[in-house]
Amino acid sequence: MKVAAADSQSMSYLQSLPRRVVTVYVPLVVFVIVLLFPFYWMATTAFKPDAELLSREGNPFWVHAPTLAHFHKLLFETPFPEWMLNTMIVAFVATFTSLAASVLAAYAIERLRFSGSRQVGLAIFLAYLVPPSILFIPLAAIVFKLGLFDTRFALILTYPTFLIPFATWLLMGYFRSIPYELEECALIDGASRWQILTRIILPLAVPGLISAGIFAFTLSWNEFIYALTFISSSEIKTVPVGVVTELVEGDVYHWGSLMAGALLGSLPVAVIYSFFVEYYVAGMTGAVKE
Amino acid sequence: MERLLNNRNVLGWLFLLPAAALLLIFLTYPLGLGVWLGFTDTKVGRGGTWIGWDNFAYLVGDSVAQLSLFNTLFYTTAASILKFGLGLWLALLLNEHVPFKSLLRAIVLLPFIVPTALSALAFWWLYDAQFSVLSWTLTKLGWIHQYIDFLGDPWNARWSTVAANVWRGVPFIAICLLAGLQTIPPSLHEAAALDGATGWQCFRYVTLPLLTPIIAVVMTFSVLFTFTDFQLIYVLTRGGPLNSTHLMATLSFQRAIPGGALGEGAALATLMIPFLLSAILFSYFGLQRRTWQQGGKD
Repeated sequence: MKVAAADSQSMSYLQSLPRRVVTVYVPLVVFVIVLLFPFYWMATTAFKPDAELLSREGNPFWVHAPTLAHFHKLLFETPFPEWMLNTMIVAFVATFTSLAASVLAAYAIERLRFSGSRQVGLAIFLAYLVPPSILFIPLAAIVFKLGLFDTRFALILTYPTFLIPFATWLLMGYFRSIPYELEECALIDGASRWQILTRIILPLAVPGLISAGIFAFTLSWNEFIYALTFISSSEIKTVPVGVVTELVEGDVYHWGSLMAGALLGSLPVAVIYSFFVEYYVAGMTGAVKE
Repeated sequence: MERLLNNRNVLGWLFLLPAAALLLIFLTYPLGLGVWLGFTDTKVGRGGTWIGWDNFAYLVGDSVAQLSLFNTLFYTTAASILKFGLGLWLALLLNEHVPFKSLLRAIVLLPFIVPTALSALAFWWLYDAQFSVLSWTLTKLGWIHQYIDFLGDPWNARWSTVAANVWRGVPFIAICLLAGLQTIPPSLHEAAALDGATGWQCFRYVTLPLLTPIIAVVMTFSVLFTFTDFQLIYVLTRGGPLNSTHLMATLSFQRAIPGGALGEGAALATLMIPFLLSAILFSYFGLQRRTWQQGGKD
C-alpha cells in the first residue's frame, strides 16, 4: 500500500505548478476551511463574553475580551460533569462487553468454522445495517419491561446492538490474516482452543482490537437516540443528550455555555482520535472494504 | 467433557453465545416486536390490542406523514448526491501529493468523529436568525441586505439541514473512497496516459470502474444512515417549521415518545423498512463487485 501510494504520484510532475495550485491546493484549502469552521466558531463562541456574542458591531471572527465565564457556569452550575462521567462509564462498559463478545464470536465464525458459520457471518453483517431509529420504539418497550428504564444499564445493554456487529465484522477480517499454521503448531503441542485464542490469536490481533475499541468507544460516546429515549433523569444523561435537552432554556439561548458544552463534550473523542488516527481510519475503512 | 469442548460445533456455538444472546434479545426481537407494535394501538404505559392495518391506513392518509416521506426522500437524495460528489472530489484531492498529507487526512475526518448532536448545535448557532455569522458575512460583502432566516422558512430549513448533513458525511465518504483509490495500481494510469488518454478519460475509464465496488458499499451505508437520520433534525429544527423538515424517524419519535402513541410510531418506523431493503438490494444486485474487476472474465 505504501509503495502504491508513493508511486501514484509519479505522474504529478506532468502538471505545472500554477495549474496544480488551481486544481489541487485551492480546492483543498476551501474544503479544510469549511470542514473546520464550525469547530472554530464553537471555540470562539465559548470564550466570548455575552455582550460580544449579541453585538453586530466589530469583527465577530475574533474574541476581543476572552472569558472563562461560560466554562465556569457549565462546570459548576449545571450537571455537565456528571454527564461526562455517565458517558464515560456507559461508553467504557459497552465497549468492553462488546469487544469481549465480538472476539469470541469472530474467532468462532472465522476459525472454528462450525457448521452454519457462514450464515452466522452474513447475519452479523445484516445486523450492522439495522439503523437504531427503527429499533428505539420496541427497545423502549423492552427496556421498560425489564425495569431498566432510566438506568445506565438500559444504555450499556442496548449499545452492543450496534457495536457487536461492527466489531465482529472488523475482527473477522483481522483473524483471517493470521496464518493457520500458527494455530496448528499450538494444537500439536497440546494447547486448548482457549489457550490458542488468548495466547496466540489475541496478541497478534492487537491492532484490530485497538481499531475496534476506538471506533466502538466513539460510537457509544456519540449515540443519541437511545440515550434520549431511555433516560429521563438529568443526573444520568449522557453528554450529547444532556447538552441538547438541558442547556437550552426557554427562548433565551445561552450560546456561550451551549458552545462550551459542545466543545468539552467533543474533546474526549477528539483527543482519543488524535492519538489513534491510523487505527481509527483502519477500523472505518476496514469494515467497509471487506 | 474435554472432548466435547474440542468439538468445533459445540465450542463454536459456545463462543458465539454471548454475542448471539445480546443480538437476539436487543436486536432481532425488537425488530419483530416493532413490526408487531405497528399493528396494535399500544400507548405508553398501556398494552395494546391488535388493530390490523389501521395504523398504516391512517398514516397513508395523514398529510404530516406524507410530508415526512417527501422530506425524507428529498433529504436523502439531495444529501447523498452532494456527499458523493464532494466526497469523491475530496478523496481525489487527498490522493494527490501534497505537503502535510497525513495531518490533512486526520483533520478532514474531524466532523465525522465528533458527536453529531453537538456539532449540530454549532450549526444551530451558525443558522441563528438574528446573530448568524453567515448572514453577517454576506451582509458585509453586500450580497444580501437582510439576515437570512435559515431555519424559519420551509425550503431554507430543508437546504440548511441538508448542508449540515453533507458537512458531517463528506469526510466519511472521502476517507473510504481514498482507501479505495490507494488500491488502484498506478501502472494502469501510466498505461492509459501512454495510450494518449486525457486526465478526464483516465478518471472515467480507469479510476471510476475500479472504484465502483467500494462506491457501492460506501453509498449504501450513507443512504441508509441518511434515510434514518434523527439527531441532526432533532437538534436543528425538531421537524419544524410547519413540519417541513420532519423525517420519518423524527416523526415516529415525536408520535411515539412525547406523543405516547407507541403503536403509531412503530408503524411509521416499520414503513421505513421497505425503503431500506430496496436500497440494500439495489446496491447488492446493481453495483456489486464484478469478476472482471478482480481480473477475471466477465
